[in-house]
Amino acid sequence: MADSGIGASVKRKEDFRFLTGRGTYIDDINRPGQTCAYILRSPHAHADIVKIDVAKAKVAPGVITVLTGADYDKGGVPCGWQIHSKDGSPMIEPPHFPLCKDKVRHVGDQVALIVAETYALAKDAAELIDVTYKEQKPIVSTGDADKPGVAQVWAAAKNNTCYDWHIGDKAAADAAFGKAAHVTKIDLVNQRLIPNAMEPRAAIGDFDRATGDYTLYTTSQNPHVIRLLMGAFVLQIPESKLRVVAPDVGGGFGSKIFHYSEEALVTWAAGKIQRPIKWTAERSESFMTDAHGRDHVSHAELALDKDGKFLGLRVSTKANMGAYLSTFAPCVPTYLYATLLAGVYTTPAIYAEVKAVFTHTVPVDAYRGAGRPEATYLLERLVEKAARETGIDRVELRRKNFIPTNAFPYQTPVALQYDSGDYFSTLDMALKASDWAGIETRRAEAKKHGKLRGIGISTYLEACGIAPSAVVGSLGARAGLYETGSIRVHPTGSVTVFTGTHSHGQGHETTFAQLVSDGLGIPIESIEVSHGDTNKIPFGMGTYGSRSLAVGGSAIVKAMDKIVKKATRIAAHLMEASVADVEFKNGTFTVAGTDKSKTFGEVALTAYVPHNYPITELEPGLEETAFYDPLNFTYPGGCHICEVEIDPDTGVTKVVNFTAVDDVGRVINPMIVEGQVHGGVTQGIGQALLEACAYDKDSGQLLTGSYMDYTMPRADDLPNFKVATHATMCTHNPLGSKGVGEVGAIGSPPAVINAVLDALAPLGVQDISMPATPLKVWQAIQAGSGRMAAE
Amino acid sequence: MYDFGYHRPDTAADAASLLTKNGEAKVVAGGMTLIPTLKQRLAQPSDLVDLGGAADLKGIKIEGGGITIGAMTTHAEVARSGDVQKTILALAVLAGGIGDPQVRNRGTIGGSVANSDPGADYPAAVLGLGAKIRTNKREIAADNFFKGMFETALQDGEIITAIHFPKPEKAGYCKHPNPASRYAIVGVLVAKTASGVRVAVTGAGPCAFRSKELEVALGGSFSADAAKGAKIKSDGLNNDLHATAAYRAHLVSVMAARAVAAAG
Ligand SMILES: Cc1cc2nc3c(=O)[nH]c(=O)nc-3n(C[C@H](O)[C@H](O)[C@H](O)COP(=O)(O)OP(=O)(O)OC[C@H]3O[C@@H](n4cnc5c(N)ncnc54)[C@H](O)[C@@H]3O)c2cc1C
Repeated sequence: MADSGIGASVKRKEDFRFLTGRGTYIDDINRPGQTCAYILRSPHAHADIVKIDVAKAKVAPGVITVLTGADYDKGGVPCGWQIHSKDGSPMIEPPHFPLCKDKVRHVGDQVALIVAETYALAKDAAELIDVTYKEQKPIVSTGDADKPGVAQVWAAAKNNTCYDWHIGDKAAADAAFGKAAHVTKIDLVNQRLIPNAMEPRAAIGDFDRATGDYTLYTTSQNPHVIRLLMGAFVLQIPESKLRVVAPDVGGGFGSKIFHYSEEALVTWAAGKIQRPIKWTAERSESFMTDAHGRDHVSHAELALDKDGKFLGLRVSTKANMGAYLSTFAPCVPTYLYATLLAGVYTTPAIYAEVKAVFTHTVPVDAYRGAGRPEATYLLERLVEKAARETGIDRVELRRKNFIPTNAFPYQTPVALQYDSGDYFSTLDMALKASDWAGIETRRAEAKKHGKLRGIGISTYLEACGIAPSAVVGSLGARAGLYETGSIRVHPTGSVTVFTGTHSHGQGHETTFAQLVSDGLGIPIESIEVSHGDTNKIPFGMGTYGSRSLAVGGSAIVKAMDKIVKKATRIAAHLMEASVADVEFKNGTFTVAGTDKSKTFGEVALTAYVPHNYPITELEPGLEETAFYDPLNFTYPGGCHICEVEIDPDTGVTKVVNFTAVDDVGRVINPMIVEGQVHGGVTQGIGQALLEACAYDKDSGQLLTGSYMDYTMPRADDLPNFKVATHATMCTHNPLGSKGVGEVGAIGSPPAVINAVLDALAPLGVQDISMPATPLKVWQAIQAGSGRMAAE
Repeated sequence: MYDFGYHRPDTAADAASLLTKNGEAKVVAGGMTLIPTLKQRLAQPSDLVDLGGAADLKGIKIEGGGITIGAMTTHAEVARSGDVQKTILALAVLAGGIGDPQVRNRGTIGGSVANSDPGADYPAAVLGLGAKIRTNKREIAADNFFKGMFETALQDGEIITAIHFPKPEKAGYCKHPNPASRYAIVGVLVAKTASGVRVAVTGAGPCAFRSKELEVALGGSFSADAAKGAKIKSDGLNNDLHATAAYRAHLVSVMAARAVAAAG
């Protein structure tokens, strides 16, 4: 199966329907008798709701119902993770009702649900709702949220603090700083980003009057999780009465993991009016209400000895949660961030404290990389600065502190145990591919044309393949993070694979089919991968944290092992041989030392037409399910190198070269892996140079509420990437795969900013914040030249 | 979008009479600005008069050595027109740098000029080249046309029919795009004409304006260095998320220098 098995760049099976416009997204689905919902949202960041008058709206043409917080009698949207503060107290967990009752807490907060025969009529009626607000001053700044005297988001959260958490050994870290020959300090902002999936969020709530069953069609990365959260906690619908379907989903990047209150609203209201209700976000609603990403403010210090060995690291971070706690929000700046602060280095003592704050902004949660890009950015900016300060070559400084390749498994001082890695090889490959050594020639050439050229590096590591249930349980997760896979062999030998993961661009329908094609020796055309419908797939946890292959793929492999085991027994019976003598290879069962053979298809047919069958020992049929709970996270890593050219007259930065060499463990489909890296790096370059979510400090209004002001990366912002992989195998899952979904977005931002700073260094510029827009670069040049002139 | 009546007249004259008959009517050209405004419910016209059927509003012709462009001519048509390229290359370059292919294939010169968006490119050409804006009622000199942000000399019911650009000796256009929208943060059109140097700036102020500093500097020497040397005051320039007034002032001379270089 070399042409379609593991390691083959098989063209994506799903692309035919995507590229020909035949995908089925939520807005393509229409249920008989369907109505449309519009959600009236708060125009204010912080206000008391004094009165809501819906009388006129209720009688407006086409209106079926208008519902407000006063009507809502079900539960709040729960948070999936609980963090405890330093003092042992649990985080502050404010209620989050789908419709606001007495206060609005961010622009876009939900005030009323209007259901009408058409969307336009619902929108017309919304204009007739009269809400009396008493406006209050908001707080939007992460850095200022816990300062005295600022607006308070929740009475229960003093100083807007959700939790004040820490990790590591403070005494050991302090001692390390006591011995340091040099200390490098840095202050950084990891700016807030808006995810911008191509398909806006959408949901259809459907209620079957005959059976009393509910169906929610939703743009989700994890339909079973939504069924659990919404069914059990919010609406109290038994899971047996609730089906959640997430068909084709047009991108998520994390933003479609979470249970959003619109999902609960349309399901709840569909039950009330006994008709289906569709809600589809407008693009401006996506900007305003999709959970945002990042938003950290940090101070960090690195202690080095006289030779440049890292002795200790201290980090203090404030992380913005927004106004409510989204599903995974509390774990992002803690267990997905601070545990990563060892990076690829042997730093023996690390202490990090993280304070999560509430603000009058939309909730912040996991966004491609979730915590790990923030950790990588902090470390790689800090290491780069240390190199400049100590005069040690930046590549040598990194190499000097790398975890040696023979030191795995490696226990870090911040909880994680890395199973495998080879940071020296990915570094060397990237240095070579990027022609690192030749930069001075290119710099001189650029200078002739009045341009400033610079090169930057990032050597990173991340933890994904999320996650061992017992471990995350002990860290506050309210769920297990195993995955399921089912393999249904049909009577004539074709196969349907059911996975609990969800594909929203990742290409699972191809990658997983390759696994099965390889394992069962059947053509890839005979394999269908099914996902995204709780009525079809066994309970599974979905797709995020680069877990689908490492965890979901492993479950499929385990299910496949069961299939092969049973099929071997059937084959042994058919060939009148002992099971031990039967060998299975390339889709054929043979008996050692004979010319007897049975194909996989013949065995499948026998399983379903069991005339000649060991019926007293074996059940008919050929269908197996496996649950796989990983033993550890997986640890992809590698080296990203970025080269930029800056026009000092305009401040415009052009990325001229980008090299990514990543260790993602075993690669199933190299083309898909490369595509994932391209997408991730593009988002990383977007964060470094282009994207930033801005709220007005005084009014709390979203200033970047459309593509007129929020800069998405476009093809002409990017060079042709040089992408390569170097695999060390994951040691604890059956595939050896680590994960590739997020590496691009994790490794790249510091490489870009380090390149910008390298280019600007001759002008005396030492710091620049993301995104390094033309304005900021120009301002840094002005300030830098001023400094140079004064010196 | 609120409900509205829809008309598609065959001539500019019919369009004008429809506008007079329906007080709250608006014309729609490419719809690139108007349709999003309607979708966001920021405008509520009683009627839309679609100029797309008025054949007399389309087309490009050479006239008196200069070039006349019908109001309904799209940016893409201007960009690829051989007549425009050989008469005033800078105008074709400007049109080809507007937005993206979809926008260039729908957006029109009339719509852009009538709208007077502070970041729009065409106003720099209209003003910099000393164009004449022809309407169903009169001809307006460029210097009297742009009045402020989204404000022009057009009266209610007045329709731009064509814009006439006289041929300059030399002209060049260069813009620094807004990274998100790609409208001009600063766009500068420089022209050397029989009656002297004209420099028009878009993006930097509430609407396109002529830069006296640059006209003086380039009047002395039509060179990139002269443009770069001109000190532009930041007073009154736009200040937003993407660019401060000081940055815009700086960019005005940088873009002017590049426009001069492009003018050859
Ligand atoms: C994504 C995007 C990017 C863009 N980027 C740029 C850019 O980089 N540079 C740039 O300059 N522009 C840009 N634009 C604007 C675009 O190029 C159009 O010029 C602009 O939208 C107006 O032209 P239109 O034909 O679409 O006019 P419409 O949207 O149809 O009308 C705009 C206004 O002008 C009025 N109007 C239209 N025609 C006439 C007429 N003949 N007489 C009197 N009034 C009239 C209408 O009533 C309306 O008020 C962009 C637009 C979009 C959507």
